[in-house]
Amino acid sequence: MSEPVKQEGAQALDEGIEAGISGLTTEQIASVINEVIDNETGARLKTYVDTCVHCGLCSEACHFYLSHEKDPHYSPVGKVKQTLWEMLRKKGRVGPAFIKNAAIIAHTECNLCKRCAQYCPFGIDIAYLMLVVRRIIHKLGVTPLYIQDTAHSHSVTMNQMWVKGDEWPDTLQWQEEEAQTEIPTLRIPLDKEGADIMYSVIAPEPKFQAQLIYQMAVIMDVAGVNWTMPATLGWDNSDMAMYTGDNEIMGRLKRTHYETAQRLRVKRIVMGECGHAFRSVYDMGNRWLGWKMPPIPMVHAIDFYHELLSQGRIKIKQKYPEPVTLHDPCNVVRGGGLGEKLREVAHAMCETVVEMHPNREHNYCCSAGGGVINCGPPFKMTRVNGNRVKAEQLFAAKTRGAKTLITPCHNCHSGLHDIVEHFGIGLEIKFISDILYEIIEKPEAT
Amino acid sequence: MKGGREWDWEISEKRVAINEWGTSFGWVEEPYASPDGETVAAIVNVAEMEFSVCVNGKAWDVTFDKVWHLRYLPDGRLTALVSEMGEWTAAIDGIAWDSKFGYVWNPLVSEDGQAFAVAAQQDMQYCMVLNGEPWNETFANMTYFALSPCGTKTAAAVQVENAASGEIHKFKKGTFTAALEGKAWESTYVNVWGLAISPDGESLAAEVRQDLYDYTIAVDGKAWDTTFSCVWEPIFRPGTRTVVAPVRTKGQWTLAENGNTLWDRSFVQLWQPIFSPDGNHLAAIVAPAFGRWTVALDGVPWAKTFGDMVTDVVFSSDGKRLAALAKEGRFWKVVVDGKVWSHKFDMAWPPVFSPDNETVAAKVETEGTYAFVVNDRLGPHACEAAWDPVFSPDGNRLLLRSIEDGVYCRRVVPVSDFMP
Ligand code: SF4
Ligand code: SF4
Repeated sequence: MSEPVKQEGAQALDEGIEAGISGLTTEQIASVINEVIDNETGARLKTYVDTCVHCGLCSEACHFYLSHEKDPHYSPVGKVKQTLWEMLRKKGRVGPAFIKNAAIIAHTECNLCKRCAQYCPFGIDIAYLMLVVRRIIHKLGVTPLYIQDTAHSHSVTMNQMWVKGDEWPDTLQWQEEEAQTEIPTLRIPLDKEGADIMYSVIAPEPKFQAQLIYQMAVIMDVAGVNWTMPATLGWDNSDMAMYTGDNEIMGRLKRTHYETAQRLRVKRIVMGECGHAFRSVYDMGNRWLGWKMPPIPMVHAIDFYHELLSQGRIKIKQKYPEPVTLHDPCNVVRGGGLGEKLREVAHAMCETVVEMHPNREHNYCCSAGGGVINCGPPFKMTRVNGNRVKAEQLFAAKTRGAKTLITPCHNCHSGLHDIVEHFGIGLEIKFISDILYEIIEKPEAT
Repeated sequence: MKGGREWDWEISEKRVAINEWGTSFGWVEEPYASPDGETVAAIVNVAEMEFSVCVNGKAWDVTFDKVWHLRYLPDGRLTALVSEMGEWTAAIDGIAWDSKFGYVWNPLVSEDGQAFAVAAQQDMQYCMVLNGEPWNETFANMTYFALSPCGTKTAAAVQVENAASGEIHKFKKGTFTAALEGKAWESTYVNVWGLAISPDGESLAAEVRQDLYDYTIAVDGKAWDTTFSCVWEPIFRPGTRTVVAPVRTKGQWTLAENGNTLWDRSFVQLWQPIFSPDGNHLAAIVAPAFGRWTVALDGVPWAKTFGDMVTDVVFSSDGKRLAALAKEGRFWKVVVDGKVWSHKFDMAWPPVFSPDNETVAAKVETEGTYAFVVNDRLGPHACEAAWDPVFSPDGNRLLLRSIEDGVYCRRVVPVSDFMP
């Protein structure tokens, strides 16, 4: 492959990165890099580094690369070359400017979506390598401001959005009251020990999108599910600490989540429509703690809706009439294998489903995932311009009739919203629960 | 749990037809049984947005706009969090505290049930409230909470420096500390978690993060000299002000006492340490290998390990025996002194030792049916709901509280009924 060319345009200014690199010395940097490489990585990193033949076959997988006229700067292997390889080659002796660039590449030009791992003949997981870079960036204190603030929120409140201890149960009680105007006997049972299911969400729901909790409460009520939501810490399943490389906070979050479910003696945890949280509870957070698998079964909302529909526990009154297209969130489809169930749910709900191409585990990332959207406004255009291929994919689906875009993931939702808006695509974006809530049979209002 | 001497321990059965309550109320929420089993209570909807609590078929005289978190205290009093005219407080046996707040949550109860505390918010300021008495000091945020074992003191992790969302550099300087009875430590930390108050109520310990990377335990505002890459919540050695906590170094977990390593081996994971009542033994949940879990007693893990989860470690009162729950695949098992009972369950509740520590009982559930198991023998009752079994003071009888065919049932049975 060719050498990476310099990225066009001025690099965004980020207060977290700028303040982080000021005062860093080459010695400090080398010490942190070598400490992480020597003590925290093992055979996996060595195998990846030794195996890669620099063939560049992974390039065609990456939406950043494809959206930037195949600029090698954005190719998966190019990102490793500009960051980790150089750190290894120089035995950690790189300067602050290098670290700044590495922080920008690892945090804002890679969604950790793992699409490239499918294209590498050796299955090299570039996302893992970018996470090693992010761990180094964390240890150096150079994490971008917005996502660092989110990690701080996690560390204090065990949720993503600084939601305070009282605000959480208060919000649930407010949503319960709202929903009781529609179904007078509806409950959002708080801290109900021995319920079958604990439902957990991410903090943007109580903060900005409380209607999603309302909708799920209605679905749970109609389906007659014995469920609960915790009134204590542990209700939030999200995890930006996983993406800042703050593994210790990631572990604390997941421990709190699973121990809360255990305190409530539930059989399963059902989680809302979120992708990165699934990766955290199902793969990364649990394993950092020593659990090979989730200690309490963890069911993504797609899977749960599929179960309710196929068991007839919720019934469709009238299918959603508008043609829909589906975005496959990387973490639950490529990472969690829920692609077919997502389609079965979509077909059960909607008259017409227009497939995007490529799809299922080959779908392009939304470019918001992997914590990129959480790096905030300074990098908004990095991810939007870095995903022109997604815009083309969406536009093609629209041309074939799609009017609504279903995406069962919060980050995808927000990221695709920006893409739809920027490229003027004109698709309405919905969660599955938005549609289910509209079309299921509900008890008649009294 | 051991029952009171004054309770009715006659071999008998008492019933309350809770399934009839539905006719009197809009709806009846999940029931709770009193420790002595004599009463059963549930939150009931009496009119639109009007709630009360029904006890043995009779509702409290008062109603509230909202009632939640109904629980019996160990001394038999019945508590709930209630709201009226937009203000929140706790009510005990239907009598609300005089002090009212913008919100109350996270109730804490002392072992004897005499002390009942909640976290409270008023005008976006936070404090603890013990038996209706709020702290004099309030804070901009309050996260982790504790009540002393003696029930006389409360503590919380509190925010003492303002840092608006997004002020990451200010936050990193330390904006949190811990407060005992409202008195905040002078030292501040990036984070404060997992608090514990000493048995005498005088000393407070907490997990702290000093910067983004260094974790340790702070006691009364002074951090241990040693730092670690992570720590979990501290506990006090019974009868002392000595603090023990799980600590992580070089990717492995062990226990430390006052900053010094206590056990000579380390684990992939170690948490929830617990002392025997006499303080002579120390146990913890450990993972000796990735994905394998068990209990370690004084540093030595049980030979038998489990794939999914180990929880609810309990010492016998003499400190000589140890029981826990373990999950392998989808089933839970009871494990006593490292030996696994033969029965497996969809769910199990903490094991209970008899007063002479010879017998172990637990509430269990399989496919939605609850039952009691004693020394690995399953009882005959198939219940819709159940509460933890309680031994009589002489250890010969068991109080079993359950719901069967919609009827609450208080049963006293001889322990020998469960024996071969
Ligand atoms: S964004 Fe996805 S495809 Fe591109 S380098 Fe990162 S993980 Fe690979
Ligand atoms: S990561 Fe795999 S596909 Fe990419 S350059 Fe290396 S060997 Fe080739």
